[in-house]
Amino acid sequence: MTELTKLTIASARDALRKGEISSVELTGALNAAVDGSDKLNAYAHKTPEIAEAQARAADERIKAGDAPDLCGIPLGIKDLFCTENTPSQAASRILDGFRPPYESTVTTQLFRDGAVMLGKLNMDEFAMGSSNETSAYGAAVNPWQADDGVALTPGGSSGGSAAAVAADLCLGATGTDTGGSIRQPAAFTGITGIKPTYGRCSRFGIIAFASSLDQAGPMTRDVRDAAIMLRAMSGHDPKDSTSADIAVPDFEAMLTGDIRGKVIGIPREYHVDGMPTEIETLWTRGTEMLRDAGALIRDISLPHTKYALPAYYVIAPAEASSNLARYDGVRFGHRAKLAQGDGITEMYEKTRAEGFGSEVQRRIMVGTYVLSAGFYDAYYNRARKVRTLIKRDFDQVFAEGVDAILTPATPSSAFGLGAMKDADPVQMYLNDVFTVTVNLAGLPGISVPAGLDHKGLPLGLQLIGRPWEEGDLLNTAYALEQAAGFVSKPAKWW
Amino acid sequence: MSIDTDTARRVAKLARIRVEEEALPALASEFNTILGFIEQLQEVDVDGVEPMTGVTPMHLKRRDDVVTDGSQQEKVLANAPDAREGFFAVPKVVE
Repeated sequence: MTELTKLTIASARDALRKGEISSVELTGALNAAVDGSDKLNAYAHKTPEIAEAQARAADERIKAGDAPDLCGIPLGIKDLFCTENTPSQAASRILDGFRPPYESTVTTQLFRDGAVMLGKLNMDEFAMGSSNETSAYGAAVNPWQADDGVALTPGGSSGGSAAAVAADLCLGATGTDTGGSIRQPAAFTGITGIKPTYGRCSRFGIIAFASSLDQAGPMTRDVRDAAIMLRAMSGHDPKDSTSADIAVPDFEAMLTGDIRGKVIGIPREYHVDGMPTEIETLWTRGTEMLRDAGALIRDISLPHTKYALPAYYVIAPAEASSNLARYDGVRFGHRAKLAQGDGITEMYEKTRAEGFGSEVQRRIMVGTYVLSAGFYDAYYNRARKVRTLIKRDFDQVFAEGVDAILTPATPSSAFGLGAMKDADPVQMYLNDVFTVTVNLAGLPGISVPAGLDHKGLPLGLQLIGRPWEEGDLLNTAYALEQAAGFVSKPAKWW
Repeated sequence: MSIDTDTARRVAKLARIRVEEEALPALASEFNTILGFIEQLQEVDVDGVEPMTGVTPMHLKRRDDVVTDGSQQEKVLANAPDAREGFFAVPKVVE
């Protein structure tokens, strides 16, 4: 049998049901792996006691013959998800010490199915970042390295989730994606990550960044595991008014690998200046793989693509400035020490200056500016109109019969931690150039590992699907995964 | 559109984030970089286009107007930096 920590969710599920392994054994092996992984800084809070108790309960359920797919499966949970009585601080100093008195809907559903929580995973502060470097815990580190041994970013914001899945520190992890925060780190670490249709997963109990864009999704070793985990995370929730009351299909059962006759769009606007030839080549190879599998390839145009990032950097900070107004030092989290005579305004200002890191402060202030009197129409309303046009681009190609769209996942492979230190903020924002359109249009998007670059680092391809058709999208991703045959793993150095 | 230190100071104040006087020029310069990037949106013809309010068309669900939650003062106050006698405590609000 494969080493326990390297099992996929599907193979662990099957072995658990056959009684070949127990969740207690499996969880023990992963707890030990997590303990030995501090150099990766993937886990911000380890919860081995919770994991052991959940594993024992899961073994009882499996024995009783009541075992949903995730029963006994050890997972990592992004720090953005509120987990009852367990630190949940969005990698921010301002939520230092916060212990939620409630459970997010997504984790409630995972635990309902018997999943085991190994701990809370590192991320960019409030999910604002593309390299995990804005985290109050310090950056998570990519288990992949080039020959030079330089420490690389696992991407962000779900960087701890990506590093943990890639380094066999959990069988799967939750992530969230506001502009690419599941798909970019998945691509940087050679794993699979899907952001479902907006409204598929409840946002209740997920610490809010930009509410009209935020979606949770799974990050896993392969497409089958993503299908299994997504089903458990999805479904209508009365506690989130934007959660869709739409039946959740058995996504795994839809993985036939048969994509004959499917129309795959190749958007010409995704050929961006300065993109490495390797990524162009990978994209062409991916196109050929889908054609060989029987899909019909069609060149398409999404004319407003270029305006997606600027629209995003109005809308997301605007929503963040509103959402993050709640961190005021009154109800939860950090409060600054006050000087003699300080009143409530000084308390707000000092608390927020101490509690928020510089990127979060910058985005709150940009959001405040674009929403302020005199600029609301010029920036915020204009960005929302451009968003309408971006969604219309996708609606049109889907109406013309396109089933899915193939693009690169990222404009580069993982870069060095600290490499962007002196770059202006916009340079970092360019990481999301291929992923952010999908959030603005509310569509499902998946990143599938498809090859290695000349440095031996993983590269991903992205497939974008029609709204609510994650099953079909996962099946196309499954066909791509089978054709690409990506099996590389990082060599253990940590 | 260019942001000067006065505007940066005003925005910081509106956002209730204390920014030291000497940090304002750098902040203004960062704002200008980001706003310069956003400026591209002015090229787009948005005449007659509705601003998006929600990405998936859906109606807000209604529920019966009954109490579903409450009576958990202890839980509500459990994470407060300063809670006294069942209340959140804050510094003086009015002179």
